[in-house]
Amino acid sequence: MNKIDQALTEFREMDELADQDSPVHHFPALVKLPLTVIYILTVLSFHKYDLSGLFVMILFPLFFFQLGGISVRRCLYRLRYVLPLVMAVGILNPLFDRSVLLRIGNVNISGGWISMLTLMMKGVFSLMASYLLVASSGIGRICAALRRLHVPAVLVTLLLLTYRYVTVMSEEAAVMTDAYHLRAPKQKGIEYSAWGSFLGQLLLRSMDRADEIWQAMQLRGYHGHFHYVGETPASLKDWLTGILLAGLFVFCRCWNVTALLGSLFV
Amino acid sequence: MHMADALLSPAVAATMYVASGSAAAYSISKLKKDDEQSKLPVMAVSAAMVFAGQMINYTIPGTGSSGHLCGGMLLSALLGPYAGFLSMITVLTIQCLFFADGGLMALGANIWNMAFYGCFVGYFLIWKPIMGSSLFGAKDDHNAERLRIILASILGCVVTLQLGAFSVVLETTLSGIAELPFSAFAGLMLPIHLAIGLVEGLITAAVLTFVYEARPELLQCVGAAAKTGSKMSLKQTITVLAVITCLVGGGLSLYASSNPDGLEWALFGNADGGYAQNMGLNEEEFGISSQAAETASAIQETTSFLPDYAFKDNDSAAGTTVSGLLGSAIVAAAAVLICMAGGFFRKKKTA
Repeated sequence: MNKIDQALTEFREMDELADQDSPVHHFPALVKLPLTVIYILTVLSFHKYDLSGLFVMILFPLFFFQLGGISVRRCLYRLRYVLPLVMAVGILNPLFDRSVLLRIGNVNISGGWISMLTLMMKGVFSLMASYLLVASSGIGRICAALRRLHVPAVLVTLLLLTYRYVTVMSEEAAVMTDAYHLRAPKQKGIEYSAWGSFLGQLLLRSMDRADEIWQAMQLRGYHGHFHYVGETPASLKDWLTGILLAGLFVFCRCWNVTALLGSLFV
Repeated sequence: MHMADALLSPAVAATMYVASGSAAAYSISKLKKDDEQSKLPVMAVSAAMVFAGQMINYTIPGTGSSGHLCGGMLLSALLGPYAGFLSMITVLTIQCLFFADGGLMALGANIWNMAFYGCFVGYFLIWKPIMGSSLFGAKDDHNAERLRIILASILGCVVTLQLGAFSVVLETTLSGIAELPFSAFAGLMLPIHLAIGLVEGLITAAVLTFVYEARPELLQCVGAAAKTGSKMSLKQTITVLAVITCLVGGGLSLYASSNPDGLEWALFGNADGGYAQNMGLNEEEFGISSQAAETASAIQETTSFLPDYAFKDNDSAAGTTVSGLLGSAIVAAAAVLICMAGGFFRKKKTA
C-alpha cells in the first residue's frame, strides 16, 4: 500500500469512528472543542520536571477513549508523525542536563531523563486529546462548532470543501502513482524528468474541476455559507459537565494528585 | 518541519496563534474586499491537490532519497498570497486533525512557520519582484520568463524554509523545552533545511514551469497579469533580503559564539566588555541575583509543584519521592483498569 492509499484508509477510518454511537460522540463538539484546548494547555503547562504530576492526566483521555469505544492503539499509531521531532529534541536532554534530580535506591536519575520523559508524555497526551476530538466528532460537527465560535465562514467553508476534495484528489494522485510505478517498477519515486508534468497535469485538471464545482454550487443556491446538520445543541448540562472537567484538569495541574494518592499509602 | 504540541509552552503557542490569526483575518478581509468568493472552490481544490502532491515522492538524482513539494510557494504563485495563505491553513489543519502531523496547540506556530513565510514572504519579497523584473531578458521573452519562474521558485523555497526552520528553533528555545543550546539546534536545523529547500525549490520550479507552458494565465504576475508591475523593484527586494539575511545571520553568529549561554550574553553583555554594549540591561537589576529575579522566584515558589520531588542529598524529601512513585503506580493501575473496563463493557454490548 503506498503512502496516499494509507492516508485514504486513515481518512475513512476517522469518518467511520466519528459515525459511531456513544456518550462521547453525543457530547456536543461545541463543548468538546474548548475542553480539548484546555486539556492540552493544562498538559503543556506542567513543569519539565513535574513527571509525576503530569502522569495523572493520562486518565482523562483513556477514560473517554473507553467510553467512546475508540481504539487507543490506533491513536498511538499516529505517533509516527509527531514523535520524530519531539524525540530529536528530547533525546538530547539527558546529555545537556546531568544534574541529579531523583535517586531511587542507588540509581541516580538526572533532570535530563525526567524532562525527556515529560516531553514525550506531553506529546502523547496532546495527540490523544486531539485524536479523541476528531474521532468522536468528525469534520462536519467540528466545523459547525467553529462557526458557533465565530470562526470566519470563509475559513470554515474552505476547510469543509478542502476536506471533501482531499480524498478525491488523493485518489486521483494514488491512481497516477500506481500507473507510474507499474510502468517503472524499479523506481522508488517519480524521476526528475517527470517532476513537472506529473503533478502539473493533476493541477491543471484540478483547476478545471474547481470551475465546475463553483458553477454547481451556484446552481444549488450557494450564497456565502453552508447549513450544518447533525450537530447536537449544547445544553446547560453539557456546559456544566465541561466546566466540571475543566475544573478537574486545573485541580490536577495545581495539586500533584499522583503524589497525593501515593501519600495515602506511605 | 511540523511542530508538535509538546515542543511549545502555552504562552508561545498562544502568541503564534495570535500572529497567524491576524494574518488570516487580514487575508480574509482582502479576499472579501476583492469579492473573491468565487475563488473558494479553486482554493479548496488547490489545497487538496497540494495535500495529495506532498505525499508523492520525487526521486533526487544521484541519491537514494526523495523530496516533496513546497506547498506555500506553489499556492501563492497560483492563487496569490491571501488565497494561498488561507489554503495552506486548511492543508495544515487537516494534517493536524486527521494525521496528527503537528499538534492542535502548535497549529498557530505551524501556520506561521510554513504558510506565512511561504505565502507572504515568498510572494511579496521573491515571486512578485522577480516575475515583475526584466531579469534574464525582456518581460515578454518566453525563455527569460521560464528562468525567472525557476529562480523565484528555488529562491523562494530556500529562503522561506530557512525562515521556517529558524522560527522552529526560536519557538522551541523560547518555550524552554529543549536543553539543546540555541546555537547547536540552529546549527542542526538550518543546514538540513537548506538542502530540503533546494530540492523542494527544484520540484516546485518543475511544476510551475509545466503550468507556465500549458496555461500561463493560471500563474500570478506572469504575462498579462504582470503588467500591473511590482511595487518593489528587484534592487529594493535584494536590499530587503540582504538586510534580513544580515539580521538573521548576525543574530545567529551572536548565538553561535563560544559563549555557552548566548541569550544571557546578548542581554547582559560580558564581564570583560562591561555592560556598555549590551541591550541596556545590567545584571544587578535584571540578572540572576537581582531583586526582579528574587520576586520572580518567590512567585515561582508559591506556584511551583517541583518541590514535591526529592533532590539529591535532601533526605526530608525522600518520603515524597516514594509517594510520587507509589502514586504513579496507582495511576498506572487505574489506567489499566479503565482500559479493561472499557473492553469488558464493549464485549458485553456486542454479545
